[in-house]
Parts: sequence; structure tokens; C-alpha cells
Amino acid sequence: MATKYNLPASISLQRKIVNKLMTVLVIIAVALAIIPLILILGDVFMRGAPALSIGFLARAQNPLHVSSGGIANAIVGTFTMVGIAALISVPIGIGAGIFFSEWSNSKLSTFSGFMNDVLTGFPSIVLGLFVYVIIVLPSKQFSAFAGGIALSFVMLPIIARTTGESLKLVPMTLREASLALGIPRWKTVLRIVISTGKNGLLTGILLAVARATGETAPILLTASTSIYFAKSIFQPTASMTVLIYNYATSPYPSQQTQAWGAALVLILIMLALNLLVKLTVGRKIKGARMYA
Amino acid sequence: MRFRLLRGDVILKILLAAAALFVIGTVVGLAVELFLGSAPSLFKFGPSFLVGSKWQPSNNVFGAWPFIYGTLVTSAIAIVIGFPVSLGIAIFISEKLKSHQTFGYMLGTIVDLLAAVPSVIYGLWGVFVLIPLLKDYVEKPLNKSLGFISLFSGHPFGYDFFTAGIILAIMIIPTMSAVTRDVLSVVPNSQREAMYSLGATDWEVTQKSVLPYARSGIFGGFILGLGRAFGETMAVTMVIGNIPSVSSSLFSPGATLSSIIANQFGESTGVFQGALIELGLILFFVAVLINGLARILLWRMTRGKEIKA
Amino acid sequence: MLGGTIKISKNKNFDSTTAKLSTKDLKANFGKVQVLKGINLSFPENQVTAIMGPSGCGKTTLIRCLNRIHELTPNAKVEGEVTLDGVNIYSPQVDPVAIRRRIGMVFQKANPFPTMSIFENTIAGLKLAGVRNKETLDQVAERSLRMAFLWDEVKDDLKKSGVDLSGGQQQRLCIARALAVEPEVILMDEPCSALDPIATAKIEESIVALKKEFTIIIVTHNMQQAARVSDFTAFMYLGQLIEFGTTSEVFEKPKSELTEKYITGKFG
Repeated sequence: MATKYNLPASISLQRKIVNKLMTVLVIIAVALAIIPLILILGDVFMRGAPALSIGFLARAQNPLHVSSGGIANAIVGTFTMVGIAALISVPIGIGAGIFFSEWSNSKLSTFSGFMNDVLTGFPSIVLGLFVYVIIVLPSKQFSAFAGGIALSFVMLPIIARTTGESLKLVPMTLREASLALGIPRWKTVLRIVISTGKNGLLTGILLAVARATGETAPILLTASTSIYFAKSIFQPTASMTVLIYNYATSPYPSQQTQAWGAALVLILIMLALNLLVKLTVGRKIKGARMYA
Repeated sequence: MRFRLLRGDVILKILLAAAALFVIGTVVGLAVELFLGSAPSLFKFGPSFLVGSKWQPSNNVFGAWPFIYGTLVTSAIAIVIGFPVSLGIAIFISEKLKSHQTFGYMLGTIVDLLAAVPSVIYGLWGVFVLIPLLKDYVEKPLNKSLGFISLFSGHPFGYDFFTAGIILAIMIIPTMSAVTRDVLSVVPNSQREAMYSLGATDWEVTQKSVLPYARSGIFGGFILGLGRAFGETMAVTMVIGNIPSVSSSLFSPGATLSSIIANQFGESTGVFQGALIELGLILFFVAVLINGLARILLWRMTRGKEIKA
Repeated sequence: MLGGTIKISKNKNFDSTTAKLSTKDLKANFGKVQVLKGINLSFPENQVTAIMGPSGCGKTTLIRCLNRIHELTPNAKVEGEVTLDGVNIYSPQVDPVAIRRRIGMVFQKANPFPTMSIFENTIAGLKLAGVRNKETLDQVAERSLRMAFLWDEVKDDLKKSGVDLSGGQQQRLCIARALAVEPEVILMDEPCSALDPIATAKIEESIVALKKEFTIIIVTHNMQQAARVSDFTAFMYLGQLIEFGTTSEVFEKPKSELTEKYITGKFG
């Protein structure tokens, strides 16, 4: 039907072409992201598999004959430091998260929450420098302990955020019902709110652990590296990530292969942790992402 | 009875508030300690440190400019490639896969997997796979044919701004696309339907109603991605060459604020170490500014501040 | 219903075979749930037809099928025919994008575009169709805003944001926006349900004035509104068309017992 202003009865070819073109472009974008992922994971699996063996996982590095050594000391080092980091960051992180959620009206809560967001995804090398200055310099020594502290600053904001977001999802009516029954606020928070939101808390901890396990820069500057098992946490220690970094830039093929092997072990751990996260909570929690 | 109830409440609140204070204290402490740690260099060079382009540890001459330059160049490459790709992914999952929600969720999970790969593994892959690939199939041909343009001039070895930028692009895509996806999913369907009912194609609906509605969130995701690009260390340090440079060629080796710290910190003492920590201080301020800006933008979007009705 | 003739007034009959818009055995689903179970309905040109019925009877789904918006919902399906001027709009040769310009829609909750001004909102559809001439756009904007009875209230500040208006004004803006692309049919899904009586009255006034140029189909569960503005009324129940006729007939002498029960408020 011709109209006063001559609007066409059907849409122009140009609009149809643009529409189709944009669909194609958007699919190309998806491909551009998926292809590197497949390449990286593929390479890690293919180049890392030859290095894998029980000995690889159970023996420490052997500086004299690299290929008969393993990465056991690095694995232990990583777990030790992540463990130390968790011991510190989990209680503080959950505590801060509860505060964000249950006392969300206070200025302290808003400001701290904002600072926490700023700290999330912060350049981890800066966190490493921080711990270097406050712990390594005064103690005149690189240590697993310092490395653990550095990792705790990586984990803390993730845990605090996820905890805060999960607890905010707990319906207000639950708290009101509890208080109406005469249960004191502190019990309401600790028993009822937390047990309802515990999935989210677990997710946050898992995400943080995954993040910390993959970090290199902060522990490079604080725990340095070692070819032995650390005898105490106040000594430098090897870690999987630093080992990969060192071996990747080494001229010896046997070390390069071990770098891929360590990468494979690391990736498997990361995938396992991520899978655990997806299985426990999936998409219900807003903060449950690696981008945190 | 009442007195006892109050006590538990008060103790809990104090403990939790202490935890919240700890977070604030961390940020403050960072600033203070970085400032103190960089003192030897800070007081020696003053503000000229920011623009100084000489970095010679053997002569105790230090300047931050080559690293600020390197950070800007690599991040620019990362954003120019990464942002459109992230937007495309977000649009695809959020708009095109509406009838296939599970597939969309799975696709999103796969893209998110890119974020689970540790930086050092990106670096490892970069050294052994990406560099040879880019050097022979992209850099050398571009250099041969377009080498007269300063961007593509020089002798490509693979360890350069270009490779670092590409790896950064891959690394920031999961962050930006995840945020953008979240932001697009918050756009009410009534907006899309209003545009459809005026006679719009699928793309026009996305372009004219969804994207404008979500624009501050999209921009927030953009800033967040930029922040990640600025702060990435290991992958960059393994492929960029770590030679301070302000060359205009993409194929020149260079260094970023974070990459040079990782590369040279181990052997540093005195003023040298102070200079490296001062680079960290610069990075700190940049990160706080960018992260802060991103969070404000995203907060506005998800609190529904676009709509007054 | 289909195939019959209805007396509109002493000299005028409505023959459903020459209706502006009609449906033939229209069925619609959401996944497994069948919402419309075969609707045969005809809408007379340049008249206001009200579609009434209790919640869940399918009236909103029905009009969303008329401009092919229903199929945009995930897992939604449509079967049957909808004919506009004799052409089935669901036939594969018809582009739904083009149809939606000819059959416009006003939604239950006003949805102006928040990032656009009043002016930009009004001409949004024209811009889509490629109209660029500034004079034309100004003229159409003014004409549409006048027809929606909004011009006088906003003419001094067309650059104000589209959401900086009251609820009633926003809805009238949405009506103006729908009018600007010069549709032939305007669908309205309970346009006044979120508005106060004064805003409602203004919109009802504009509806009665608009039928001179457009065919209007309005979904409402407010019987008094149907009685006030519509010439024809269709009554639906549980996905089926129960009765159709002139408004006065349906209200005063309903043919079906179900209709009578609804009108007298025995359920709803």
C-alpha cells in the first residue's frame, strides 16, 4: 500500500544483506575465540602427554639428569602455598562477604565492597611486589610463606565477592522469620543465612583456589624457586607455574617437554576445579565466573 | 537475657567489620608499601621518571616511558581485536541463541574456559606455537609487502608487540564477552519487541535497541578488559622480548610495565629494584583507576539506572 | 463467525469475507501448551474490535500472532492462517519484518526507548524504513504526536528523554511511535491497564478518533472500556472464540451462556 510518505511495502535489499552479514560476522567472532582454545588445549595435551609418568609426578627435579626427574617438589610447593593462602583468605573473605550482604546499608560496607571490586582481578605482579616489600625484604628471604601470603591477596577479593553475592540471594523472609522467632541476629546469620547460601560460598572458594593455583607472578617475586622440596615454609620453594616459566625459556628440549607436562597437569587441575564449580552451582550465582 | 543477645550481635559485627576493613587496608597498604619500596628511585628521578625513555641498569639510569608505551601499544592491539570479537560472541549467545538456551550456556562455558587457562600456559604456547606461526605466516609477509609503513617495518623475530598484543586479545576475550553477555541478558524483552513491532530486522533490533540500552554496561566490560590487558604479566613477558623500546613498528621487541618487572626483578638491587617497584606503583594507580571506573559503569547498568519509568 | 454477515446498523452490514484482517483456524503453542485452539475471527476495517476474556484465555497470544510477534518467543509455534487484505501473512513468501510495519502494536506496559528523545522515539520506525528527509520526519512526528493526543504536552521539549514522562504520556508516546510508520492495523494489548483513570480516558479518546484511518484491535479485560470504545467485541475462553458480534449485541443480547456469565461477573 502506497502511503503519504511513500514508505516501501517491503524492506530494502540492503537491510536484508546487512542482517545476513552481521549474522555471519558474529559467527566468525565465536570461531575466533574457540579456535585458539582448541589449539592451546590440544597442544598442551599432545605435547604434555609424553612427559607424563608416575615418576614425573612423584619425583623431585633432578638437576643432573633432567628427564629422570619430575615435578613433585613443584606440585607440593604449589599446594602448600595455595593452602597457606586459603587459611588466610577464606575466613577473612567470607567474613567480609557476610558483612557486604548482611550489613549492606552501612557506608563501610559499600566502600569496602567497592575496594574489593577494585582488588578483584588486580595485576597480580603488583600484589607480589607488595608482599616482597612487607615480608621478603624484612625477613631477607624468599619463602613459601611469603608466596602463600601473596596468593591470599589474589584469593581474598574473589571469595569476598562470591560470598556477598550468594548471601544476598538468600530471601529476606528467611531472616525475618528467624528474627521473629526470637533467634538473635548473630545466630541467624551464622546458622541460617550461611547454611542456605553455602553452595555459593563453596563456589567462591573453589574459584579462588583455581585462580591462585594458576598464578605465577606473585610467587615468582616472593617464593622464588627451588629444585628441592622445601624443608619448611620459611624457605623458597618450587611451584608448577614458576617451573613452567623457567623450563619454557630453557634451551634444553628435555626441560621444554617437562614444561608441557607440567602444563598438562596444571590444566587438568584447573579443569577439574572448574567442573566442580559448574556442577555445584552452575549459573545460579552471579559472581560464579572466572572473570569474578 | 537481652544483654546476652546483644553481645553476640556486637561481637559478630565487629569481627565482620574488621574483615571489611582489612580489604580497605589492603588497598591502602598497597599504595603505602609500593611508595616506600620505590623510594630510592622515586626520590632520585622525581616526576621525570614518567617520561624518561632511558632504562640502563648498569648506569643506574631509569625511566618508565618505554614501558608505559609498551603497555599502551599491546593493550591497544588487544582491545582492537578483542572487543569486537567479544561483542560478537555476546550478541551471538544472547540474541541468536534465544531458542537454544542450553546450547548458549554451553558455548558460554566453553568461551569462559579460555579464562581458566593460566597466564604462564598462554606464554608457553605463545613461545612454542604462536610465535613461529605468526612470524612465518603473518609478520614476514606483512613486512615484505608493507614494510615501508613504519607499523610493519623492521626485522620480525616473533618476540614483539604484535605477538604480545595477539595473546592479550585472546586472554581478555572471555572477560569481556562474559560481562557483555550478562549485560545484554538484562535488557528487557519488551524493548526488543517494541523495535520488532516497528518492522526491524534481527540485526536492527540488536543495533538500535539492545546495544544502546546496554551501552554503559558494555563500556564497563570494555574497561574491565582493558584493565586485564594492562595487568597481564606472564604471557606477555614470555613473548615480548623484554627490550625497552618506543619503536613504532609492531614487529619490534618491547616491554610492558608488568613484563619488565617479572623479567628483571630477580637480579635487581638498590635503585634498580626501587625503579622496578616504582613501575609497580604506576601500574597500581592505573589498575585502581581503570577497575574503579569499570565497576562504577557496571554497577549503574545492573542497578537499572538506565530506566526511570 | 466466519462466513456470516453481521448487522452493524440499519444500512450497513459487515461481511466477514471482506474483512481487513482475519484468522483461519489459528492455533498457537508455547512448547507443549496449546494456548489457541483454532480461532476463526474477522476484524472489520476502520472499526475498533475489542477482545475480551478471563485471564489465560489466550487473548494476548492471539494479537501477538496477528503481527507475528508470538513466534519470536523461544519454543513458540503458530499454525493456521492470518489474512491481511486477502494475503496470508504466514505464507513463506511474506517477510515478517515487512508485515510488522503494516500491523503495529502498543504493549501493555509502555516501553519507550530510554536512550532516545521523544522525537527520536516517535520517528524510530521511519528511520528504520530509511526515511532521512528532515522535513518529512518533523511533519510525521508532529502528526503522529497529535493523533496520539500528546503533541500539546510535549511540543516545547521534544528533545527530552522518552522516559522522562509520566506513565500515561509514555504510553501515548508509544502510540505515536506506532502511528508514525502508518500501519493499517493497530494492535493494543491492554494499553491502559497500568494507568490511572485520567490517562486512560485520554487514550480511549484517541482510540475512538484513530479508527477513521486505522483498524484497531484492542485486548482488554475491562468490560466498561470495551463498551466505551469498541464497535465490535470478541469473547474468548480457554483458547477458543466463544462469541463475536457488535458490542451492543454482545453486551445486551449475548448468544452464548458463557458470554452472559462473564458479562454479568459470574466469573472472570
